[in-house]
Formats: sequence, C-alpha cells, structure tokens
Amino acid sequence: MTASAMTASAIAAPLVTAFASPMLELRGLGKSFELHHQHGARLDVLDDVELTLHAGECVVLSGPSGAGKSSLLRVIYANYRPSRGAVRVRHDGDWLDLAEATPHQVLEVRRRTLGYVSQFLRVIPRVPALDIVAEPLIEAGLSLPEARQRAGALLHRLNVPERLWRLPPGTFSGGEQQRVNIARGLIVSRPLLLLDEPTASLDADNRSVVAELLEEARVAGSAVLGIFHDEDMRDRVATRLFPMHPLQIA
Amino acid sequence: MSALLQVRGLSHHYGQRIGCQDVSFDLHPGELLCIVGESGSGKSTLLKTAAAQLAPSSGSVRYHQRDGDWLDLEELSEANRRRLAREEWGFVTQNPRDGLRLNVSAGANVAERLMAMGMRNYGQLRDIAKGWLERVEIDPARIDDAPTAFSGGMQQRLQIARTLVTQPRLVFMDEPTAGLDVSVQARILDLLRRLVNELGLAAVMVTHDLAVARLLAARTMVMQGGRVVETGLTDQILDDPQHPYTQLLVSSVLTT
Repeated sequence: MTASAMTASAIAAPLVTAFASPMLELRGLGKSFELHHQHGARLDVLDDVELTLHAGECVVLSGPSGAGKSSLLRVIYANYRPSRGAVRVRHDGDWLDLAEATPHQVLEVRRRTLGYVSQFLRVIPRVPALDIVAEPLIEAGLSLPEARQRAGALLHRLNVPERLWRLPPGTFSGGEQQRVNIARGLIVSRPLLLLDEPTASLDADNRSVVAELLEEARVAGSAVLGIFHDEDMRDRVATRLFPMHPLQIA
Repeated sequence: MSALLQVRGLSHHYGQRIGCQDVSFDLHPGELLCIVGESGSGKSTLLKTAAAQLAPSSGSVRYHQRDGDWLDLEELSEANRRRLAREEWGFVTQNPRDGLRLNVSAGANVAERLMAMGMRNYGQLRDIAKGWLERVEIDPARIDDAPTAFSGGMQQRLQIARTLVTQPRLVFMDEPTAGLDVSVQARILDLLRRLVNELGLAAVMVTHDLAVARLLAARTMVMQGGRVVETGLTDQILDDPQHPYTQLLVSSVLTT
C-alpha cells in the first residue's frame, strides 16, 4: 500500500459515510441453490447479508474463495435470484427492491443505474472492439460517431492499440479482452457499479489506469462495490472493506 | 412503458393434442424476446398463434397500434389481419425457401411487399432493393439472380431483407439460424442484432439454442409440453435456472 493512497482512503471513508446518501441497501439477503437433478441438493451460499453502500464510496468484498463474494455481486445485479431478503437500489431517486422487481424494471435499472463488470467478455463473434465499447452509449441515445469517438478515447486510455479497435476481440489476449470489457462497463457513468475482479489479467500499468478510472467514478459520486484479489489494487481503490466468510455446513 | 403486444392465456390445440397452453406475456417496443425449449415443446405453435397465423383455441392477442389504439386480433376481419401482417409485422421462417418466392429474382423478393403497399416507381424500388441487399451483405450485382442460386445463409439473409424492407414494428422469427453453419449463423445473429437496434424493432424469436438467446434477448421464456415453465431475464434463467426442466436444459449445453 502506498502512503498517499492509504491517507486518502482513511480520510475519505468516514466523510463519505457521514454525509453521502445511501445508494444500495442489502437487508437479510440470502441465496441458496436448489439442484433438482442432484437429488434435490441444496447449496447455501449467502445468509443474512446486511450492507449499506453510499454514493462516493468504494467497498471491497474480502474473504477466501467460497465466501460468496461473486455470488453476492450476481444477486445484486439480479443475475441470481435472491432466496431471502431485499436488494434495495436507489433508482431515479426512488427505492426499488430488485428481489421484487419485474424483468422490465430490472432492465431499466441496469440501463441507467446499475453497472456490472465481470472478468470475462461475452459478445457476438463478429462485432469490432470499438463498437462493443460504444454500444452502451448508443443505447443511451448518443450518435454513432460521437459514441465511437468516446469509445476510442477510453480504449486509448486503457492502452488498447488502435489497430485492434476495428477487430472483433475474440482473438485478443486475455488482458486485451479484459480491457475492452472494462471500457464497455465504464463508458457510461452509472451511480452504482459492481466489479468482479475486472483487473485479474492486467499488468501493473493497466491496473493503475483502471484504479484511476474507478477513483474518478467514485469522486464523481458513483458507489462502487467490488472484488479485487490483488492487494495493491484493493488498497488503492477501497474506502472500506466488507469481510465475508464461507457459510458453515450444518 | 407501454406494451406493443399483449398475449393473455393463449392456447392452440391440434384436436386433442396441446400445441401451446395458457401462455401470457407482454412485449415492449424495441425488445427482443426469445422462446426456448426442446423440439415439440410448442415454441413454433405459440409463435404462429401469437402472429395470427394459427387461430387460438382460447385466449387473446392484442396489438398496440401506432395511433395508440389497441387492436384485438380476434375481432379483426381476415382482410385487416392480412394487412397488419403485411404492413406492420414481419415473419421470418426457419427454412428461407418457405418465406421467399423462389421463381422471381432476389430484387423482386425484396421489393414485393413495397409494391403490395402501393409503391410503383420501378427505379425507386430497384434502388431500395439494392440498398437492402447491401445491408444484409449480399452483392447488389446479384439483384437479378433467382434465390435458388444462393447458398442457405444468403437465402436467409435475403428473407430478412424481404421482411424488414417495409420497416415493420414487430417481427416474429422461427429458428432463423437453425440449420446454418456456425460462421454463417454468427453473421446472421450480428446482422439481426444490428437491425433490431437500428430500426427499433420488437421481435419474438424461437430458438433451441441457449447461446443465441443469451446474446440477443434480454428476456426469455422456457417452454415444455406446450406450457411456459419459466420466464424472466435471460441471464438469470441461464445462470440461475429455477425450474427442473430449465436446469436440465442449461446443464445439457456443451461448452467449448
């Protein structure tokens, strides 16, 4: 951990939680999988999770593999369906419980409020990298030239060489794909951002760029919840840690 | 947001046998909904009944017109139903030979619906047809060739051009990429995704391919034995399936 990063985080955390408005509230959140074809086996992955996330803070989930960190992000994104409890998100100034929301409401929340960046890029095989990154801007109503220009600027910042922009990322290296994925996830600024190890295959320089981007998003008022196994990265971006533990097997 | 298509309790029976049973869903403007399930699960029957190609045994289909009025399909005369299907809807069949006219040129296939809507200027029709051939990546120089001289993938792209040329608001698609090579399939999926976005179409697509649903559709319905057993966000259905049949379907997919 660098001294300056530590000081910044240490000062930012109490300020943020004292004054900023809550963006996400998890209340009594639980998740179990019922596997109908494995003799009805039940897997409990989350139980009674309570967390409040404020605008302008970056909370990093910590804990060993199997503690349910990725599952928690997926439940918040409504990629997994919660089994118990509430996922309350502030959307357009109102609170909405995603556990109760209709698919159309969830899609609207994802479009404008809630972003999610995973480790892997999943796209149609033939689409060029530049258009993959520009797509969320076009959905938000920007013109194609303007969207492409901003996408190019972000790819440039993430050190994706310009000769790759016109190519589909299927043949890119893991790190290049991951940067395209990050660019796509961060190109539209959303009030609430979920990150599942988005920097796992990046070198130190590029991790540093991502840390800057996240810092900018946070300072601009986004609430960030993420998983970072790399300790430097974690110390650099986190304003607070949220420890998680694997559930005891009964 | 208001729905474009409202389906309620829709059933179609083939005599004693259930085609689809008690299906309800809303489709919003600009939205692509996938219907997945194994062969014989009632996907195509549901699609054809919702598209008014088969008469419902019970239930209703309502369509929200441009002028804001709701049309109840059952109350519509046969002539008006045909007009609606021709001017505001489109239907893409699995086998392009079912959706194309094989004895006329590619250009005429694209222009036919425009002519049926009253456009007569030959030069203009030819220009529009050329433009659409380019859009679906067919060399416009082949405008006078018959579709029988085209490959299966080209025929499917031609059918898509023929269907979309009138800028329909709603398109029904029955396995549009089944039976095509994987590389051709990717090209058509990319094309469909682009056109759906550019034209702001709403679409209902039947597919047995879960990867297609994930890439194209925000929402998915899973059918088994004529009934919808699970419906919701596509990624949630594929990553956290609830119903035993959906769990079986998802776990049976080969991953590469």
